[in-house]
Amino acid sequence: MPSLGSDMEAGTLVEWQIKPGDVVHRGQIVAVVETVKGAIDVEIFEDGVVDELLVAPGTEVPVGTVLARIRSAQPGEVAAATVSEPQPSPARAAAPSVAAGAASEGAREARDRLKVSPAARRRATERGVDLAQLRGSGPDGAITVADVETAAAAALAPKPAEGRDLAAMRQAIAAAMAHAKREIPHYYLAMPVDMAPALTWLERRNADRPPEERLLPAILMVKAVAQATARFAEFNGFYRNGGFEPSAAAHVGMAIALRGGGLVAPALHDARDRDLDGLMQDFRDLVQRARSGHLRSSELADPTITVTSLGERGVEQVFPIIYPPQVAIVGFGAVTERPWAQEGHIVVRRALTASLAADHRVSDGHRGGLFLAAIAAALQQPELL
Amino acid sequence: MNRDEIQARLTEILATIAPEMEPATLDPMLDLREQLDIDSMDLLNFITAVHKRLGVNIPEADYPRLTSLAACVDYVVERRPSSRPKASFT
Repeated sequence: MPSLGSDMEAGTLVEWQIKPGDVVHRGQIVAVVETVKGAIDVEIFEDGVVDELLVAPGTEVPVGTVLARIRSAQPGEVAAATVSEPQPSPARAAAPSVAAGAASEGAREARDRLKVSPAARRRATERGVDLAQLRGSGPDGAITVADVETAAAAALAPKPAEGRDLAAMRQAIAAAMAHAKREIPHYYLAMPVDMAPALTWLERRNADRPPEERLLPAILMVKAVAQATARFAEFNGFYRNGGFEPSAAAHVGMAIALRGGGLVAPALHDARDRDLDGLMQDFRDLVQRARSGHLRSSELADPTITVTSLGERGVEQVFPIIYPPQVAIVGFGAVTERPWAQEGHIVVRRALTASLAADHRVSDGHRGGLFLAAIAAALQQPELL
Repeated sequence: MNRDEIQARLTEILATIAPEMEPATLDPMLDLREQLDIDSMDLLNFITAVHKRLGVNIPEADYPRLTSLAACVDYVVERRPSSRPKASFT
C-alpha cells in the first residue's frame, strides 16, 4: 500500500486491474485503492510480470503493506510492487461490504413487489427518487406522493462526493497539519506582485481562442513558481530522515478545494518543462479527477512544492502551512486594483500579494525573499513562461 | 429554442459542474457564482460547455455579464446563432 501523502495511514484495496502472469509497465494503473481522499488509481513503479496478488479486494491494510509481487524484467529478481518494505502490522479486514451484484438484484426484486400509487410513481420519476429505497406510509405500506417528496427533500441536503468520507478526510488533514506545525519551523514572507503584465498578456492571448483553449491565471503562477525553483533548490524537495532531499524535477502540488469540504493537493508533474497549454490541460484533468475520483498515486505522492491560490475566494493574503515532507508552499491572494507607486507617481494597478511559507531547517528568510522576488519577476515577463 | 429551454439547458450544464445542486433551489436572479460556489475552473468549464452544446462562444471580456442564471439566459438568447428565425417556426 503506497503512502499517498503524510496524512495517510491505511487504504482499502477496491479492485485489481491486473492478474498473475500479466506483463506490466512502469506508470501503468494496477489497482484502485479507497482512501480518505477518494478512490485513487495506483500506478506501478517498474516493468515486470505479475507474480502474485497478496491482498484481496475489500481489505483495508496499513501503508507499507505489500500488495503484490512483480517479477522484475531481470530474470530471477522478485520485487514488491508499489512498496518496498512490508510492515509487521497485520492486515485488518474491512467489514465485508454487500456484493454489488446481489444488492442490485435484491433491489430489482423489491421494486417488483412495491406498492406505489401511480401519482407517486410519476413524481418519483420526475424527482429522480429510487422507489426501492423508500418505505411507504400509505395503506399496506404503499408509497405515496408525500413519501416521494420527503425522500426528494432529503436528497437536497448537501452530500459529499461518492466514496469520500468528509470526517475521515478532516481528520487526515488535521493530522498532517498538526504534524507540520509541530515539526516544521515555518517562516512566512509576503510581497506585492504587479499582475498587469501577466493579465494583459493572458487576456490578449485568450481573446481569440475558444473556451477550451483558454488559460487561467493560476497556470502562469504555477509556471513562475516551477521556473523559480530551478535557481532556488532549497524550496523544492522533501525533508526526510533528518535531512533535505532536493528534487531535480518540479512537481507542483495544486491545492484544490473539494465541493462539500476538504481539499487535496495533487501534483502537476514536471511543471517546469511543460508549456502553458500542456499545464492547463493537465490542470483541467487534475481538478476534474480531484473532484470526481481517480487521482493517481504518483500525483498524491510526488508534489515537491505546493501552490495555493485562495485569492479566487477573495482573500488578499494567504498564510499557508507546509504539507510535509515538502519544505515550502507559495500562496497567491486575490488580484485587486490598488494604488501603485511607480517612478514618483501613483497609478492604479492590478496586483496581488504572493506569500511563502518555508522550512527553516532548509532555508532562511533571505533566500526566501529572493525566491519570492524571482517568482514575481517571472510574472512580469509572461511571454517567457 | 425559447428562453425556458435555454434556461433548462444551462441548468443541466450547471448540474454537471455542481452535482450537489438541486435545480429547483437555484434562484435565477441571484449571484450564480456565489450560489453554486463556482471558482474560475468551474466557470471556464461552464463556458466551454455552453460553447459546445449551445454554440455560443462567450469571450472572456463578457464574463462579468454572467452574474445570474437569468443573465446567462439573456446572453445566450442574444448571441445564439440564428435563434430568431428558428424561434418563429417553433
